[in-house]
Amino acid sequence: MSPDAAHGIGLTHYLTVAAILFTIGVFGIFVNRRNIIVILMAIELILLAVNINLVAFSTYLHDVTGQIYAMFVLTVAAAEAAVGLAILVTFFRNRGDIAVDDASMMKG
Amino acid sequence: MDLLAIAFYVLAAVTVGSALAVVSARSPVHSVLFLILSFFSAAGLFVLLGAEFLAMLLVVVYVGAVAVLFLFVVMMLDVDFASLRTGFSRYLPIGALVAAILLTEMILVSGAVADKGAASLPRVPLAAGVSNVEQIGRVLYTDYIYFFQAAGLVLLTAMIGAIVLTLRHKPGVKRQVIADQTARTPKTGFKIVTVKSGEGVGE
Repeated sequence: MSPDAAHGIGLTHYLTVAAILFTIGVFGIFVNRRNIIVILMAIELILLAVNINLVAFSTYLHDVTGQIYAMFVLTVAAAEAAVGLAILVTFFRNRGDIAVDDASMMKG
Repeated sequence: MDLLAIAFYVLAAVTVGSALAVVSARSPVHSVLFLILSFFSAAGLFVLLGAEFLAMLLVVVYVGAVAVLFLFVVMMLDVDFASLRTGFSRYLPIGALVAAILLTEMILVSGAVADKGAASLPRVPLAAGVSNVEQIGRVLYTDYIYFFQAAGLVLLTAMIGAIVLTLRHKPGVKRQVIADQTARTPKTGFKIVTVKSGEGVGE
């Protein structure tokens, strides 16, 4: 539980990994615009990046609150995945396809 | 370079590499499997940070539940995933541009903020000899008890929502209706007829 400055691995290293993960998530949403399953997975990656940030700060500040926030983020992410996939299954049943471009039923 | 640094670099490389594979894999099944790998190595990073409880939570909740849920849905849907990849190369340049700008900004900020702001606050000394799980428990069940309950409500709502969304009643399927069964009385359950010889019971 010690800040690992002595090992050459500091807070910046973890923040950089989180930044790269977050960017990959955003990039995934951009390039897989039509495939909503991969978009959901990219959102999970973004939330994982947020969690790494929270846990890294929590460790380096010696304050456990960050880990508790990460737990809540995890909870909301799990709920979001469940509801998102349920909506996806319902959408597939109604349309026979999951292309998000065609999801304009609620345009009014 | 000691063992801890090597472990960090290996876990970070696997996390980032498999995250890249998640967004660029051809088949969504491969994407899900790489997502599992990514979460697993992120759990390793959490262990390195000393957050053992969250690491185990990540493995149990994500690898055990969410990723398997994704896998089920991907395998259940009969979709031509190749057609969904059209536009991948079209959006690649703009996506890469936005990603590069975002990454540069965030790394600059994280490098600048590492010894300023909240990170420069005096470190709170932890109680000695208290494990990570016990620390979390002490704070979670006291200061954050209402948030903890609210998180439970969020999960309950998500569960009910997912069930309501996906439940469907097919017509023409015989179902057991327990209320009807228990509401049966001898009066409605059977009737006594007197059968004339040679005619049998009509109807």
